[in-house]
Amino acid sequence: MRFIDEYYDTSLIEPLLRSIKKISKKEVRFMEVCGGHTMAIRKFGLPSLLPENIRLLSGPGCPVCVTDRWFIDKAIALARMPGNIITTFGDLVRVPGSSSTLEKEKANGADIRIVYSPLDALALAKEFPEKNIIFLGIGFETTSPAVAVTVANAKKEHLTNFSLLSSHKIMPPAMKAIIHEGIKIDGYICPGHVSTITGPEMYREIVGKYGLGCVISGFEPTDLLQTILMLVDQVESGKPKLEIQYKRAVKPDGNLKAKKIMAEVFETCDDWWRGFGIIPESGLSLNKKYKPFDAGEFFNFNEVPKPEEDKACICGEILKGLKTPAECLLFRIKCNPGNPVGACMVSSEGACHAYYKYQG
Amino acid sequence: MTGDNQILLDHGSGGRLSRELTVNLFFKHFGNNILSAATDSAVVPTPGEHLAFTTDSFVVDPLFFPGGDIGKLAVCGTVNDLAVSGATPLYLSAGFIIEEGFLLDDLKKIVRSMADTARSCGVKIVTGDTKVVNRGHCDKLFINTSGVGLLKSSHKNIGSGKGIKPGDKIIINGGIASHGMAVMIARNELNVGGNVISDCAPLSGLTGQILKATSGIKFMRDATRGGLATVLSELCENRKFGIEVAEEAIKIDDNVRGICEFFGFDPLYVANEGKVVMVVAPEKAGSVINIMKSHKYGHDVSVIGEVVEKHPGKTILKTKIGGSRMIDMLAGSQLPRIC
Repeated sequence: MRFIDEYYDTSLIEPLLRSIKKISKKEVRFMEVCGGHTMAIRKFGLPSLLPENIRLLSGPGCPVCVTDRWFIDKAIALARMPGNIITTFGDLVRVPGSSSTLEKEKANGADIRIVYSPLDALALAKEFPEKNIIFLGIGFETTSPAVAVTVANAKKEHLTNFSLLSSHKIMPPAMKAIIHEGIKIDGYICPGHVSTITGPEMYREIVGKYGLGCVISGFEPTDLLQTILMLVDQVESGKPKLEIQYKRAVKPDGNLKAKKIMAEVFETCDDWWRGFGIIPESGLSLNKKYKPFDAGEFFNFNEVPKPEEDKACICGEILKGLKTPAECLLFRIKCNPGNPVGACMVSSEGACHAYYKYQG
Repeated sequence: MTGDNQILLDHGSGGRLSRELTVNLFFKHFGNNILSAATDSAVVPTPGEHLAFTTDSFVVDPLFFPGGDIGKLAVCGTVNDLAVSGATPLYLSAGFIIEEGFLLDDLKKIVRSMADTARSCGVKIVTGDTKVVNRGHCDKLFINTSGVGLLKSSHKNIGSGKGIKPGDKIIINGGIASHGMAVMIARNELNVGGNVISDCAPLSGLTGQILKATSGIKFMRDATRGGLATVLSELCENRKFGIEVAEEAIKIDDNVRGICEFFGFDPLYVANEGKVVMVVAPEKAGSVINIMKSHKYGHDVSVIGEVVEKHPGKTILKTKIGGSRMIDMLAGSQLPRIC
């Protein structure tokens, strides 16, 4: 099949693997910070093909996984209020809050609808003018432009029954936080789709200030192996740099239109990440002009207590690359995709889910 | 179960929660040695031959989709459960739960489709029931079919796969994942181009022909909800053997594969309604393949892997690029209501 089979071509894969094995001498740890990469790496069985001195770590790249439990609790509180319709991407409905999940609230009668595009939420707002439609916004730079368009359209169309509960985040502050925490890595496999929006420049500081190689990667097996080869080459030659492997999608300026609409609607704010706590300027909230569409303006969350995170769950350490899912006492026994304890097991992009599903 | 007091959509997904519900509730209370064998049809001894008996309910949304409709599905689903148990399907019941206001013309279309499908595989619909419920109390139309068939005592272990040994070949009668994707496209009215048609088909002709012509069929199961991956992982769970399959050998239509790639679905977990997974003694694999190749529901057959001694209880997939990964049962649901 065109545009798919080429990336699985063994006549390309084998030379890549040979080159990696030939030049790779040092013990290295590369971190991917994109849930799509986490899944792809496990799905293609890449760790079984790489030499033992190359380890791949999963970082905080899955939007569901890094989302605050308080966010889920707030969403649940909204779902329980009569007259509200909650709209969300599918993954979020199974994430455990303090005492419930959106999936359970749905079974209990709450009106919770899974949408494929945030614009579907606007369609609902028009269809049900007597209801409040709340969209649960999570995700990095890949999803936030579509949400920004949705909010801008809501303003244009003077909709008064649509609001956004935002937990949108941006990637570079978390990548820097990993380094500040002293986690030893030798290079970043940088997210492909995030970078199609942002362009490569936001990683420049990580290379310049911290001396860590950054390669923006695609999602197919040949992409990932070529990325690993580029990172190995950087480490072995002692020359960390910013490179784009995913050239067919990532352009030097990124997607200007998407960046413009994000700047129009959002401003950065301090935000809470599972495993890290508050990371300064790492979240996106609606700016003054669009504040009326912030669910926080509509509803009072003071009565939703800030929850404690589960003590036995080591999602936080897994998200930092300090531990692997197999090192968690809950893994597989108490925590599995049918009954997830931590968010990393819920999302199909979560490290625990990927380990459970593909690694046995 | 999860310890909670509510039925979630995932309890109907065909994956792990469905299994927990079946085992911890239905088996627990209805339990007897025939039910707890957990095969696609109950195989009941009768004087002379064995009787296979099965039931299935159909709630697919939308009712009509490319390649089929709820009526065709309701016949194929039950016929296939009998067929893969090694039985010759004979009689079906049909129970209809209809929402007030449902269009009679649509019901006629669906009933005609059931009749045509039943006729094509030589089964008779011999009993039935109709209930109409208030608007909003069911979604348009639900159908339950039960079926009985006869099987030779030499075939009575085909549903449970008792005689499986390392070295046995794993065969499937064609490309996977078309039913689940066809339904998803129809449900969401996705304008995605390409032509994805459900594989919904009665398999009793194919399985009957194979069982008549050759021995050495150790196991059969239709890969419906949960897809091929779930059949394979159930097959070796708690058994003394493992399974190895090659991604390269598993066929997927280009349109189906493209749509799966686009939406991020793993085709191994997407439902089929006309695919049978067989475990066959190695010396008989050739003749099974020959029969399949000449049959309209089997011409795209492939040997996808084999039963192995190593990693007992686990299914390992050799990826196209030479890596390996485990295949586990579907956890949660990939798609809502596909049958």
